[in-house]
Amino acid sequence: MTYFFETEEHAALRKNVRRFAEKHIRPHAHAWEEAGEFPRALYEEAAAAGVLGLGYPEEVGGGGGDITHVLAASEELVMAGQSVGTTVGLGSHGIALPPIVRLGTPEQKVRFVAPVVAGKKVAALAITEPSGGSDVARLRTTARRDGDHYVVDGAKTFITSGCRADLVTVAVRTGGEGHGGVSLLVVERGTPGFSVSKKLAKMGWWASDTAELVFEGCRVPAANLIGEENQGFYAIMVNFATERLYLAGQCVAIAELAYAESLRYARERSAFGKTLMGHQVTRHKLADMASRIAAARALTGEVTARVARGEQVPHLAAMAKNVATDMCSAVCDEAVQIHGGMGYMREVLVERLYRDARLYPIGGGTREIMNEIISKALGY
Amino acid sequence: MKILVPLKRVADPDNANKVKVNGGKLETTGLEWKPNPFDEYAVETALRLTENGTNPKARQGEVVVVTFGPKDTETTLRAALATGADRAIRVDAADDALDGDLVARALKALVEKEKPDLVLLGKQAVDGDSNQVGQLLAEYLGWPQATFAGSIQSEDDKSLVVGREVDGGTLKVRVTLPAVVSVDLRIVAPNSVRGKHTPPTHAYADGVRFAALMAIMAAKKKPLAEVKLADLASDTALKIKYTGFELPPARKAGIKVKAVSELVDKLKNEAKVV
Repeated sequence: MTYFFETEEHAALRKNVRRFAEKHIRPHAHAWEEAGEFPRALYEEAAAAGVLGLGYPEEVGGGGGDITHVLAASEELVMAGQSVGTTVGLGSHGIALPPIVRLGTPEQKVRFVAPVVAGKKVAALAITEPSGGSDVARLRTTARRDGDHYVVDGAKTFITSGCRADLVTVAVRTGGEGHGGVSLLVVERGTPGFSVSKKLAKMGWWASDTAELVFEGCRVPAANLIGEENQGFYAIMVNFATERLYLAGQCVAIAELAYAESLRYARERSAFGKTLMGHQVTRHKLADMASRIAAARALTGEVTARVARGEQVPHLAAMAKNVATDMCSAVCDEAVQIHGGMGYMREVLVERLYRDARLYPIGGGTREIMNEIISKALGY
Repeated sequence: MKILVPLKRVADPDNANKVKVNGGKLETTGLEWKPNPFDEYAVETALRLTENGTNPKARQGEVVVVTFGPKDTETTLRAALATGADRAIRVDAADDALDGDLVARALKALVEKEKPDLVLLGKQAVDGDSNQVGQLLAEYLGWPQATFAGSIQSEDDKSLVVGREVDGGTLKVRVTLPAVVSVDLRIVAPNSVRGKHTPPTHAYADGVRFAALMAIMAAKKKPLAEVKLADLASDTALKIKYTGFELPPARKAGIKVKAVSELVDKLKNEAKVV
């Protein structure tokens, strides 16, 4: 199934991305997930295939298109590539670059955006800290102005692609307490005082690296400040809304993949003298899975189409994320169940998808934070 | 150099299990379509011959793609335009009102109108596997032909050195243009095509190029003309008549043998292979 908003253009794009993922990701998916890493060369290959620059304007070397194209393409990456970790690792710039595209100076776009969409550099976004994630207004990493530089001290954690990022968009405190003192600063690899303290071992998303970053007296040129000083909180919030739709879209894609795998297995596997599909209980389970996917896809698609036409609807994005993440967890759980004992084996795709799915009600804002956003927007 | 590339869409081989036979006819409704892979290789080859590989955006020639079929085959043409072809022609025709000979005769008329230096096409379509159109077209035009090309070199765009994939090796032939060349799988290897405009040191990415979203959008604005089949071929009678289609028999379950002697016995007396 595809999104209701899709046109012939999306169909052509999907074919292209599918071909890329089938050729460059699928043959290595299992190995990369087990190895906990995919090769860096994949960034340049993805850039050459027009996958990396999708959703970025032509002026910065991007491939054009909007959030609707990004969602369609990422679904193909997940479904045809069959490695969620690779897809999210490859896409970490999708949250790191938009604030620079929106608020950066022309020089910053040339320095930070262009090489990343060309696949030459890797970008990451760093907001969450060891002391807290969702509570952005209370973040503790400080950036003290000293002449032409900021001196950054603090730590960030759960940073996707953090281990090998060449540039990290970091949320820092440049002002007083609360959300009015937060800014965004790009810190480049190799800046003295910036280091990766740990590569984190995770439940899922194995092929994507996740890091803990440390800043100790790290001197960052003031020219790396994105937008105005102490105006970073709003930029982060705007960024969150699109990130949540990306995550909802990934959930739809992962669930579709788990469903497709279950369908195949149910047709192949025999029990009690007929295929699993021959049992009504399996058919009904699959029908429920398909219905839940269709429902989450409908909401995700509608909110995406609204965002693409310029509506500011963070609470709807939060609803889409919650609906899609819960759907994805449930569908992957049923997929494992249909696979029976095989579903618990590391060699089977749904086992991995089940673990990958658990990230989504937590990452990019927890289910509880989503509900807070919804409650506030609805006035209670 | 101007190159004409005839394309055909085929039922997606990955969904071949969806093909149904209905009263001796193939049921095509609901099938997913894909460009014939060998034709995609022909488009890629044509692009490589008409560009400088180090700067593929600046075209150094013209690639015209043509297909025969109903309106929805334009998707196949748009996909070729998105990868870089300059112009497209759709010859309006029903799928089952065509055969290799009629297509070749219509193409002859089109070639006389378009006057390309080269007709490049896939060695065969993976649906019917007829492997006829290229050869028939060359005959009707009275042009030289080189089939199953695994490599093509062009020094001056006046003649081509074509490496033909034949049993036991490669046969190199020089064809003077204009000519008809049909391509095989290995034509899309990184160094298979040596165009006049590309430095010999340049290696292509293996396979057919990808089309980015902007190229997909730009393809919508490229010219796509519609031509009536009757305008190209006065006689639209088919020479090939299909008398029936059957699905291949389902694979039967295997058996387990208890001893080597039993295996040898079965191979000898049942399978009759030893």
